[in-house]
Formats: sequence, C-alpha cells, structure tokens
Amino acid sequence: MGLKPQGKSRQTGETMSEIDIETARKVAHLARIAVPEENLPALAQELSHILNFMEQLNEVDVEGVEPMTSVTPMRLKRRADGVTDGDIQDKVLANAPDAREGFFAVPKVVE
Amino acid sequence: MSDLNKLTIADARDLLRKGDVSAVALTEACLAAIEGAGRLNAFVHHTPDLALERARAADQRLASGEAPAMCGIPVGIKDLFCTEGVPSQAASRILGGFHPQYESTVSAQLRDAGAVMLGKLNMDEFAMGSSNETSCYGNAVNPWKVDDRDLTPGGSSGGSASAVAADLCLAATGTDTGGSIRQPAAFTGTVGIKPTYGRCSRWGIVAFASSLDQAGPMTKTVRDAAIMLQAMCGHDPKDSTSADLPVPDFEAMLTGDIRGQKIGIPREYRMEGMPAEIESLWAKGAEMLRDAGAEIVDISLPHTKYALPAYYVIAPAEASSNLARYDGVRYGHRATLAQGDGITQMYEKTRAEGFGPEVQRRVMIGTYVLSAGFYDAYYNRARKVRTLIKRDFDEVFAQGIDSILTPATPSAAFGLGEMAEADPVQMYLNDVFTVTVNLAGLPGIAVPAGLDRQGLPLGLQLIGRPWDEAGLLNTAHVLEAAAGFVSKPAKWW
Repeated sequence: MGLKPQGKSRQTGETMSEIDIETARKVAHLARIAVPEENLPALAQELSHILNFMEQLNEVDVEGVEPMTSVTPMRLKRRADGVTDGDIQDKVLANAPDAREGFFAVPKVVE
Repeated sequence: MSDLNKLTIADARDLLRKGDVSAVALTEACLAAIEGAGRLNAFVHHTPDLALERARAADQRLASGEAPAMCGIPVGIKDLFCTEGVPSQAASRILGGFHPQYESTVSAQLRDAGAVMLGKLNMDEFAMGSSNETSCYGNAVNPWKVDDRDLTPGGSSGGSASAVAADLCLAATGTDTGGSIRQPAAFTGTVGIKPTYGRCSRWGIVAFASSLDQAGPMTKTVRDAAIMLQAMCGHDPKDSTSADLPVPDFEAMLTGDIRGQKIGIPREYRMEGMPAEIESLWAKGAEMLRDAGAEIVDISLPHTKYALPAYYVIAPAEASSNLARYDGVRYGHRATLAQGDGITQMYEKTRAEGFGPEVQRRVMIGTYVLSAGFYDAYYNRARKVRTLIKRDFDEVFAQGIDSILTPATPSAAFGLGEMAEADPVQMYLNDVFTVTVNLAGLPGIAVPAGLDRQGLPLGLQLIGRPWDEAGLLNTAHVLEAAAGFVSKPAKWW
C-alpha cells in the first residue's frame, strides 16, 4: 500500500526506541507468554519497529493537555449496593478446563 | 419466491408482515445459501436447528400482528458476541470449546426482537486485524473476485462482510475498534455503521479495547442499517459506559432531505500515494451531496496523522489488560503441562499456544507501553494526543459542520496473503481513515460508492456528530441513492 500521511516523515526519531533481546524476554514474561529463546531476536526487532512508528507522537505539543479517560463526558452510573446475581456456581464452572468439587483447579501454587 | 436470501431487511419485513413469505422459508433460503458457500468460510459455527426454531417462533409472532421490524429476519452474528450455548471464540484457539452461559446484550436484543441467528461469523482473532487472516478458523474470503486470486473481505468483521455481500444472510452484526465494521463493508460493497461510543452495550462482547469497541450492523442498504441499529442499541445497566439516552426512530428519519447540511471535507485525509480513483470517488461523493443541496466546506483536522500511532498505543494497552483474563483457569484452552510445571508455566504455555502471532504481538506491545518507565512516554502521551484528535472534531462541529466525508479505505480489497511479507505497520495503515472516529467516539458509516478499474467496490465514509446517527444515516441514504451502487459479486463459490 505504501501510504504515508502527508507532512513530516514518519522517520522522525527512528532510532529512539530499540528493544533489545533482554527487554523482549522481560516483556514476554510480563505478558505471561512463553516465547522460545530462538524467537526473541525477531520479536525484539518487530517490537522496535512498531514502537518506532509510535515515535511520531513525540512531534505533538501536548503541553497542558489532559490525557483522555472517557471519550464521552459522562459520570458513571450509580446503583444501590445490593446483590444482583449469584447462586450460579454450575454456570460459572461450566467452561473451566479443570473444575473439581465446586472449585477451579490449578497446579500447585504453594509448596 | 426464489432467492429470498437476497432480500433486504426492509423488503423482507414488509413481505413477512403481509404474510407473503414466512420466516421459516426465509431462514431455509439462507441456510441453503450458507450450505453452498463453504469456500467463503464466512460462517464458522452453524446453528440451523436453533435458527429454524426461532424462525417458527417468529412466524407465530408475525401471525399475531405484534412483530417488531427485525422479527423473522435471518442474521449472522460475529464470533466476538457471546451467544448462550453456542461457541463464541473470538476466532481464537484460546477460547476453543467455550460455550457461554449467557447472551450478549446486543445479540439478546436482536433475539428478543425476533431476529433469527443463523450461526457465528468469521473474524480476525480478538478483532485484531484488517484482513481476516489472523483467524483460528482460517481466512474468510471476499465474494468479490477479479482474477484467480482470493481477496480479503477486510477485517476484523470479515466473515460478516463476506456473508452479507454473498447474500448468505440478510444482515450481520459487526464490531469496530479501529475500522473493523467500515473497512470490510467498503471492501465488499456493503453498508456498515459504527455508532457513537456508548450507543450499543458492550456487555457480553469479547473485549478488545474497551474505550474504543462498539458494535454495529452490517447490511445491504442504509435503510437496513437504520432498522437493525435501532434493534441493537439502547441503554444497558450492565455496561457502565452505555448511554442512557432515548433511541430515535432511525428509519423514520431517513427523509432524503439534506438541504442546508454542511458537509466537511478534511484536507488531512488527502494521503500521499492515495490511488487517483479513490481521490476522484471522494470528489464525486462531495459533488453528489452538493447536488442534493448540502454545502461542501473544506475543513482541517490537524492531528489526523497522529491518530494511527496513538491508536496503536491505546488499543494494545487496553488489549493487554483485557486479555489478561485468558489464563487457562476459568474457560477455554489450557496447555498440557510438563512434570513440575507450576502456575506461571501454565499461564505462559497456555497463552503461547492459545494466542496467534498478531494477538501476541499486540499484547506484548500493550504490556510494554504500560510498563513502569514507559507509561508516560507512550500511553499517557497517546491519551493526550487522543484528547487533541477529539478536540479537532469538536471544533469543526462547533463551526456548524453536520458531517464529514472521507474515503473509507486507502485501497480496494487486496489479495489474501499479499501482505504476509509486509511489516505489521503496513497492515495497520488500512485503518488510516477510520481510526480517528473510534478515538473521538463518533459515529461513522461506510457506504458503497463505486467500483474501481478492476471492478472492485470502493466505499466512502461519513462521520457524524456524537449521538447523531439519525442525521448521519440520512446523509448516507442520500449518498447511497446518488451513487446508485447496485453491483453484486458474480457467484463463483
């Protein structure tokens, strides 16, 4: 497609964020995704490339601008603090890969 | 009557109410069309028995004379919507075997209005993609074809677009986080509207980026979009961001009169390298609206070029948080563990096996931009830019602009696999005209407006003021009529 928004090149700041293999390993672990050691270099390169694309945000003057929290100015609705749901243990557990005696079962967590 | 599956919602509704066709006959026609369209890979979970059961119930309701507009209308539901007892996988292996115990609000509203669900539709995994190539079910295929290549129906609502364009259903639900309704609609010569953020409840729709996600209808005509949107939207106490506002009668407001309306043409949407055909289609669209009595005004949305990078910070950030729930404990896939593996290995192996490459990539990007030390540099900066993007729109609307006309996509449908070697950012550029609308929470609609040189559909996008879906649909209705797009893909599948 080779499209580029008009104006300044998106090459601006191209070298600002370089993700090394160590950082890629750390990110994968934080995301709880097992990435084989041999795939880390490619992952690091890919993440760097995407982050470089985001570097053009540095061209924008955001001095004094509030970060958006809600796109529509709205106050979250309140409701009475009452029980509106429950007693559906079977339904809650129905899709569990491993459910026993009314609980979710997982590998041993505490030795 | 033959070819009942080719009817529009509006025509089918009128025939159903007159008793000239039955919901069962309509449903059977669609089921037969689906049966013969395996090559398109649009429907990925089939529910014929449920469909016929609902069609029979719809016929009874129609006989009583108390049937809403969607009663008896066969529709497809994107796999992102949780449907009770019916697989709902978001096209991901990680939700393999998941049978929701509840129904999403939007699909429940359609069901309660009497609509007949035919099955679940293909999509990009977790709605992350612009070509339907990240699906665990394999690619959905565009019914439009110009040579021996299979073309993408777009994404992420690719199955929905393919199914509607190929007349496998009368309409379908889609969802749109960065263009996932409008881009596939444009690629398939169909109509797709993303309503204002908060119009449709997000409850029960598998979450991608919660501040951007909206459901909407994908249909054959603008009138159908009005009818179906009516049934889908409304306040839902189960979604705290759903707006407690009255829903106007969208169809009744399709007056066809846009005299005096001010239509903005944003100069920043003129992209370097944009095909001349798209540029001329855009100009033609503006002319059509002018001929209908609208005033065409050049406008500026200065932060447009920053929308895509802001989106690709914010959406993955929210996704990394939303997708943390897929841990192999409560639903879906759990990896087989080796001797001695603990809970961390369970998480890591489950997510490595369950998520495809694009989802993994976005979850990791999101994790990175939210991590300590980078939160301000990326995530907060992107959210500030988002504020500025919304402000751009606020300002032009304050100047009296009623809606904004842009191209829907930077190209026509491309071949499946053609982007395989491109870097992810190239694929992200598909969203360049649509993503601003999600960031600003506005309603946007893609309307088929012409064919390119090869004979593939091209769409134009109209962007409206917040909550003015009625006005937006009316303008789209005028554009649709003036463009006179009637082409259909020749059946090859």
